[in-house]
Amino acid sequence: MKFLKRFLDRVRPDFEEGGRFQSLRSVYDGFDTFLFTPSTTANSGVHVHDAMDSKRTMIIVVLALMPCLLFGMYNTGYQHWLACGQGLGPFWTMLLYGFLAVLPKLAVSYITGLGIEFIVAQWRREEIQEGFLVTGILIPLICPIETPLWMIAVATAFSVIFVKEVFGGTGYNIFNVALVTRAFLFFAYPGAMSGDKPFIARDSILGIGSDLPDSFTGATPLGQLATMAGDADSTTLTAINGAELSSWDLFLGLIPGSFGETSTLCILIGAAILLFTGIASWRIIISVFAGGAMMSLITNLFPSPEYPASFLSISDQLCLGGFAFSAVFMATDPVTAAHTTIGKYIYGFLVGVIAIMIRTYNNGYPEGAMLAVLLMNAFAPLIDYCVVQCNINRRAKRARINS
Amino acid sequence: MAEKVSNKKVLFNPLSKDNPVIVQILGICSALAVTAKLEPAIVMGLSVIAVLALANVILSLIRNTIPTNIRIIVQLVVVAGLVVIVNQLLLAYAYNVSKQLSVFIGLIITNCILMGRLEAFAMSNKPWPSFLDGIGNGLGYTIILIIVAFFRELLGCGTLLGIQVIPECFYQHGYQNNGLMILPPMALIVVACIIWVQHSFNKDLQE
Repeated sequence: MKFLKRFLDRVRPDFEEGGRFQSLRSVYDGFDTFLFTPSTTANSGVHVHDAMDSKRTMIIVVLALMPCLLFGMYNTGYQHWLACGQGLGPFWTMLLYGFLAVLPKLAVSYITGLGIEFIVAQWRREEIQEGFLVTGILIPLICPIETPLWMIAVATAFSVIFVKEVFGGTGYNIFNVALVTRAFLFFAYPGAMSGDKPFIARDSILGIGSDLPDSFTGATPLGQLATMAGDADSTTLTAINGAELSSWDLFLGLIPGSFGETSTLCILIGAAILLFTGIASWRIIISVFAGGAMMSLITNLFPSPEYPASFLSISDQLCLGGFAFSAVFMATDPVTAAHTTIGKYIYGFLVGVIAIMIRTYNNGYPEGAMLAVLLMNAFAPLIDYCVVQCNINRRAKRARINS
Repeated sequence: MAEKVSNKKVLFNPLSKDNPVIVQILGICSALAVTAKLEPAIVMGLSVIAVLALANVILSLIRNTIPTNIRIIVQLVVVAGLVVIVNQLLLAYAYNVSKQLSVFIGLIITNCILMGRLEAFAMSNKPWPSFLDGIGNGLGYTIILIIVAFFRELLGCGTLLGIQVIPECFYQHGYQNNGLMILPPMALIVVACIIWVQHSFNKDLQE
């Protein structure tokens, strides 16, 4: 550590104005403050002095995502071996397979996003902002494992530029950057993002695993539901080898789905980390689940063969697809969520209600949670405005009575 | 008009510096609706040029005889008549494009660019400058439509004017058309990009 610090201090003059690597100043600054607490402090105005700056906050969110990432790796291998139909492989082999499958996607997402951030920071002569640290890991987690790399690159570039940088960078975006990436992929390349093909890794990687035949299909539980429309009295969800899935399987997450969002258990571990460190708002998480549960109850009271998802029990609805992941990691994004206390309850509740509503009553859009969070992102400032105005009116009324 | 503007300026200002779509932000609705393909965008642009130029000339000729109270009605009648003629011509000679454009030819009547130019220019200028103004603004509108449609058709369908442009070997290597480009939101984003580029080159427009 000492060595690193000495090295950074020695090369500092090269990156100052007029130095050799002047054009890389923001990059240097980014790494320097990433590794060590900055030595400069604010000397004007009132500032909160806290070790918990936004870089540390982001690191904790990344840590909270680790259970999902690791489970996603294992699950990718597990589904692949299950699809091959020759029994499961050794634990570490399956984990390694998943790791190799997701590594290029993580790399592409980070290189594209951080590349754009570095260029923009240098161009505007600002510090590099650290928001992409979390976004970059979220993007592979919410995409199907077979998403082509160039699509991830295009979608990441699109959302970093048009959702974040044009609004002024980290902290000014209206919509959640990672979710817009997913929405862009969903609407731009529907063939590669839904249906029964992309959710299982199909090829052997570095000799691990085996190639699946082209005819092989493995739909996610939500994908299966969508195809049952019209002819089902009840719903039976199956794993890719044909075995029936229990609610416990859905909770554990050994099912096909987007890379990191299948396991509700791991998401809850992540939620515990976020809540324990006080980064995510428990109000939002609780109210998203409450809203989702209420809407599931309503759809379950009036089941219809037209909308197969209405047969699902409340717990299945909350465990399936991206719902839990959105509730914990997407809806709680402090930049795009509502800020007022009452606003957070309303915001979260509506996210839950709309997510289940879209999922159940539109068979074409099984990813209701994504669309619900994006929709409520747009409404969050309005909710805040109404809450603040109500408060002002109430206090004004009280003042009139007292005077 | 208070100041005399040269005919050249009347014709060429609307192309870039005073563009109706990207500077005055008028006619956005049809720019979103008809630009999924290049061909309808060109036809739409030509129709607007024709209607706008002729309406400008007609209104300019009768501008001194119109009672002020009913001038909007008169303008609407003139434009509506011209739009009906254009619509019938398209139905007769370019039926397929006319089907694609559907109601949007009819909706030229409500295009803000037309009412704007009639009110702001034709009602107070002689026929010849009014004609040039109509051509200029129509061209400014058409240019933007063509740029937007170019990108949307190229990236969304891989074709230009219906001809395959992106080679087949791209698709074999996993390239796919971007379905989002066909949807209206991308038209808005492409228009925004054009505005961005234009404002960064044109110092007068920067705030």
